[in-house]
Amino acid sequence: MRLTGAQALIKSLEMQHVEVIFGLPGGAILPVYDPILDSPIRHVLVRHEQGAGHMAEGYAHVTGRPGVAMVTSGPGATNIVTPLADAMMDSIPIVVITGQVPTTAIGTDAFQECPITGVTMDITKHNWLVTDAQDLPRVIAEAFHVATTGRPGPVLVDVPKDVSNAMMDWYWPASLDELDLPGYKPQTEGDPVAIAKAAELILTAQRPVIYAGGGILKARAAEVLRELAERTGIPVVTTLMARGAFPDRHPLCLGMPGMHGNYTAVTALQRADLLIALGSRFDDRVTGKISAFAPDAKVIHVDIDAAELGKVRRPDVAIAGDARVVIEEMVRALEALGLGAVGGPSVVGGTPAAARPDLAPWIAQLRRWQEEFPLAYDQEDGGALKPQFVVETLRDATPDDTIVVAGVGQHQMWASQYWKFDNPNTWVNSGGAGTMGFAVPAAIGAKVGRPDKMVWAIDGDGCFQMTAQELVTASAERIPIKVAILNNAYLGMVRQWQELFYAERYSEVYLSPDLPDYVKWAEAMGCVGLRVESAEEVAPAIEKANGVDDRPVVIDFRTDAFEKVYPMVPAGASNDDIIVGPSGGEGGR
Amino acid sequence: MSPPAGSHIPAAVPAAVPSPVPAPSSSSAATAPGHHIVTALVENKSGVLARVASLFSRRGFNIFSLAVAPTDNPRFSRITIVVDVESAPLEQIMKQLDKLVNVVSITELAPDEAVEREMLLVTIASGAGAAAGAAGGSGGEQVTELVRSFDATIVDRSPEQMTVMLAGTPSRIDDFENLVRPFGITELQRTGLVALPKLSPGATSANGADQ
Repeated sequence: MRLTGAQALIKSLEMQHVEVIFGLPGGAILPVYDPILDSPIRHVLVRHEQGAGHMAEGYAHVTGRPGVAMVTSGPGATNIVTPLADAMMDSIPIVVITGQVPTTAIGTDAFQECPITGVTMDITKHNWLVTDAQDLPRVIAEAFHVATTGRPGPVLVDVPKDVSNAMMDWYWPASLDELDLPGYKPQTEGDPVAIAKAAELILTAQRPVIYAGGGILKARAAEVLRELAERTGIPVVTTLMARGAFPDRHPLCLGMPGMHGNYTAVTALQRADLLIALGSRFDDRVTGKISAFAPDAKVIHVDIDAAELGKVRRPDVAIAGDARVVIEEMVRALEALGLGAVGGPSVVGGTPAAARPDLAPWIAQLRRWQEEFPLAYDQEDGGALKPQFVVETLRDATPDDTIVVAGVGQHQMWASQYWKFDNPNTWVNSGGAGTMGFAVPAAIGAKVGRPDKMVWAIDGDGCFQMTAQELVTASAERIPIKVAILNNAYLGMVRQWQELFYAERYSEVYLSPDLPDYVKWAEAMGCVGLRVESAEEVAPAIEKANGVDDRPVVIDFRTDAFEKVYPMVPAGASNDDIIVGPSGGEGGR
Repeated sequence: MSPPAGSHIPAAVPAAVPSPVPAPSSSSAATAPGHHIVTALVENKSGVLARVASLFSRRGFNIFSLAVAPTDNPRFSRITIVVDVESAPLEQIMKQLDKLVNVVSITELAPDEAVEREMLLVTIASGAGAAAGAAGGSGGEQVTELVRSFDATIVDRSPEQMTVMLAGTPSRIDDFENLVRPFGITELQRTGLVALPKLSPGATSANGADQ
């Protein structure tokens, strides 16, 4: 069968079971947009290419399948650089297809030419410049394989216009053997010797903590993580990227550690004698000052990316492998050492498991910390509306499996702290890159991926202004997301740092609460717009928003500009120097 | 041309060089402390070298020398990189390199477990006017004597200059370079190190010249 390169490209996406492309056409990608008209694949026309990238990310976050974005050359391609960097940091599988000027024009500074494979070399897992239409099916198959296996990540395929116009003989790689990836061999099985050693460490620890990261979600390992935690009785912290990987309402869940983590999660890591790091990467926002992080802890580090093992903290046991596979093997290794079967006695007598230290004193200590240092805020009657109150009210007024999408800043931290995530893949945010403006487009992508679920974006006013135009996309495409703007009229997190660390010298952080008028703006974009200025109005407005199902809703919550995110570990400080609240530490006010 | 003032290089060249083989402790830059030899088998595709080099540059590490060419299988190339870096960051770079989709395999070669060779092309003044060494004789004769004693090859010549090729260990090439420098070097190009694992680590290589 003779096809154009463009037809082969779209057919290849169909072969990969792609159901939606987020994109925006232009000159160099024009040939590829023609066969889209004849394809069952849905195309969502964005208003800015950055939106296409974040939508693909949001889609991938909630479905576990790769998100696909397609844009043109030059500025179209550079506009999607930020989502690629974001997806690289958070290991999100997305496939970005860019148009390119014809091969004969490459290198001549042609109109809308940009060497995008060079630009994105370091912020993609891999990228390809296709120079022969005959290669297209194979390259697309390779791109999806690389994006979704091993440590997932973004890939980019750059397709020159003459390549998409050229004729080729259609084929589809029948197996992985037909791909040209001799250097790509992701490792999923863990080393059994290391796993056995890890099991021994687990059974001798007195103060163990499971430090669960985003890799749990990528590996679909939430169930086996729960089995490991329950059968060993070891408490779990879930990082910003792992919220929902272990249920917040589970008695062994300690919640989020890190710079704005709760006191118990932060301190549990600090005082632990064993960290079982599963798909987590010792990010600086978790460890604080690395030399002071968890000083007494031995470390078992499991990651599918061998380059993470020892990158920040030298592990005592390093296991390169898929989190789910390794945890399953770890449970078996623990059973071999006498850990009892489910439902039976918890240990077998005369085994290492039977001689295991009692964890009760450790659990009791954690409970005392939880009682002494809970998350706290004060919503006074008639007082300024507290952002935490909005998050808690929203949480209680929505289904348990609601998908929550955040931007970056104070609102993101409050959402992560106060929401109760009991299901995997219900929390979508920009963790590693910290990309402001992520929430609105990512929420649209999430809703496209899971139309059956309620999707709420919890956004800041600064973030919202960066990508709000994608609500036009949402209205036009009938993608009924809901957006709660925690509008404190400031770039709030920067304001917080200026208050605490720059002697209240506020430099370029004021945004105004009503410029723009968010309600009118929302209505102009085809959404329902609501405004809430007091605590009493919160629940009714949310109820009204939840009743709208035919268009997006935006609620402008006018929140207290002086509220800060606590607890807080100042940047570069030891986690021991955690500031619990406004009156709780030297940095508090 | 005369040797630079204050040069540590001996200006005098013995009329008869007893042995071209210098001591192993020679100050070869390629095997100096802190230098590591990394050898990578990569796909022979456009852009692969940029990907490899980028991993070094993004961490601010300078590549000391780099050699790349196809292997016996034209589908693959071998890259040999000498880099000046502490061991811990090197381990991280090696893991990152291994993650590159186009990198098939990567190893660090310890100097005593590797056969290392480099090639030098150097154009030297060799005419009647060439600087003469203190030991007497014309400069041209002395250069020719050095070429002979190092088993180097004259690959091009004019009345005033000759271009000499020498292959050998980096330290041997250092020595040759230092010895011919006083006569006046017009152009010099070294290939950078290439290396393969020794067949029996610890033993000298087949021709016994693996100093």
